[in-house]
Amino acid sequence: MYASRRRKLTGLLYLAPAFVFVLAFTAYPLVQMGWLSLNNWTLITPPRFVGLDNFTRAFADEQFWVSLGYTLKYTLFITPILMVGGYLLALLVSPNSPLRRATRAIIFIPVVIGLGVSSLLWAWLFDPMFGLINRALLDLGLIDKPIIWLGTDTDLSTWAIIASVSWKVIGFGMILFVAAIQAIPSEINEATMVDGAGFWQRTRRVTLPLTRRTILLVTLVSVIGSLLAFDQFYIMTAGQPFNETATAVFFVYLNSFPYLKLGYGAALSLILAAIILLFTIVQLALTRRSQA
Amino acid sequence: MTAIPMRTPLARVWSRVWAGRSRYLVGAMCLAICAIMVTPITLSMLASVKSTAEAAAVPPTYVPGGLSLDSYARLWSYQAGLPTYLGNSLGTALLTIGFTLALTIPAGYALARFPIPGKELLFVFLLLALIIPYQALLTPIFLMFAQLKLTNTLVGLAIVHTAIQLPFSLYIMRNSFEAVPRELEEAALTDGGNSWQILVSIFIPAIVPAIVTVALFAFVTSWNEFLGALVLMSKGSTFTLPLILAAARAETSLGGTDWGMLQAGITISMIPCIGIYLLLQKYYVSGFTSGAVK
Repeated sequence: MYASRRRKLTGLLYLAPAFVFVLAFTAYPLVQMGWLSLNNWTLITPPRFVGLDNFTRAFADEQFWVSLGYTLKYTLFITPILMVGGYLLALLVSPNSPLRRATRAIIFIPVVIGLGVSSLLWAWLFDPMFGLINRALLDLGLIDKPIIWLGTDTDLSTWAIIASVSWKVIGFGMILFVAAIQAIPSEINEATMVDGAGFWQRTRRVTLPLTRRTILLVTLVSVIGSLLAFDQFYIMTAGQPFNETATAVFFVYLNSFPYLKLGYGAALSLILAAIILLFTIVQLALTRRSQA
Repeated sequence: MTAIPMRTPLARVWSRVWAGRSRYLVGAMCLAICAIMVTPITLSMLASVKSTAEAAAVPPTYVPGGLSLDSYARLWSYQAGLPTYLGNSLGTALLTIGFTLALTIPAGYALARFPIPGKELLFVFLLLALIIPYQALLTPIFLMFAQLKLTNTLVGLAIVHTAIQLPFSLYIMRNSFEAVPRELEEAALTDGGNSWQILVSIFIPAIVPAIVTVALFAFVTSWNEFLGALVLMSKGSTFTLPLILAAARAETSLGGTDWGMLQAGITISMIPCIGIYLLLQKYYVSGFTSGAVK
């Protein structure tokens, strides 16, 4: 009895540092964010309680809706590319041959470099004067004069960023899909081959259904990642033109930091966190159901 | 699976292609994909060794005419100097590794091996950061760090990076502690070892792969992280590498961005990540498959 109580205490002692850390640097800021969102505070003047004003102000703020709408649009465009593209790549490289193994490893390389750094790299490639994309398109005779990809036209900017981010993160989904495809028992594949099913038929009737759980989970991670997009927009377009490519996190960042509207920033952060939570719950529910 | 429905014409064409020339087709596709993935990185690395004049040439050259370290020299002495920024990035990353391991090794041990009341509830609490994106928490964290004088410090930034990495790391640690056979520990217990001695002498050697995985991901997350650093580090001399590169692009953009210097910085930033990845691929992939998909 004594020994087990002592073990309980010892266990709690080992757990304590992590517990205190999460309490101080995740839970407390969360509570603080709730309190901040009900106040107006710019650090210079003392905080002033304003009730739900920051929230009503957000819903009446045109840029709030522009940012939210743009973030959803970006997510809606890039997610199918990452999922379908990642899955097709996984189908191509999941059998273990030296070439496919090497291809797998190479597709994954951009995943390990930083998004900020890769965005700078692509900003250079897309540059109208110094960029090699315009140079190559001109050399191939596909365009007559350089295209200004980033920061002047919303759609061009969006697609340029989607291209660069797809290059950067497509390997993430691929590597998880490969793991899922390789986990399919080989007897199942052999049975369908004996049945004379072709590759695509096998993919549709066996591979896809058996990897559905992974597909849902990767979609969840990917959608949430896109909803929280910041680095690529901060670096490649700085939200231009006219803040039309300022994503939700970008909008929060602008209000909280350069403008130091901490209360408003906190209210926007809370709304953002609530939206992300909603997506997490919906998709987790979907995953649960597919598991049963 | 016995009755095979009529195949669509497209599917028929495809399966014939796959059946016939599939080997060559797969080879060609693999090579083409590898080329697409490697080209941007290669072009950047090549651009970093162009001479000052060539780096500023319009139209740009694909391949440098000669080897020059001008861009690296300019980066070396840019503002506070490359050593400062590299030191900041490296220092933050090492602190993040230290914090993450110091928190998650004991916590994983506790969760896997001790009869803690309300264990599952505590575990969910420790994973809180999974459902609250850190991007949303930066406003209150900034405020708190401003009061604690942790803004513009590597420790402050490392704390944020640790908070980001904690759920993943804890998850990995708990699983690997649980996978250690009980017999190992029981033998040590009967020998009269206390829980700390058992942790150090039995468990830590047994969970080395998990420690490598956690350290690896902590390093890469911290080394690459951008938004947290942007928010917490306002003094130029405390900038990490991605920050100073983004700032250098904005700063020099009036007189034309110094893309040569930026490619040198991008190359320096990419090399440790790619190097570690190629060396520790096994840990990397296992971390991704076990951590990202829970």
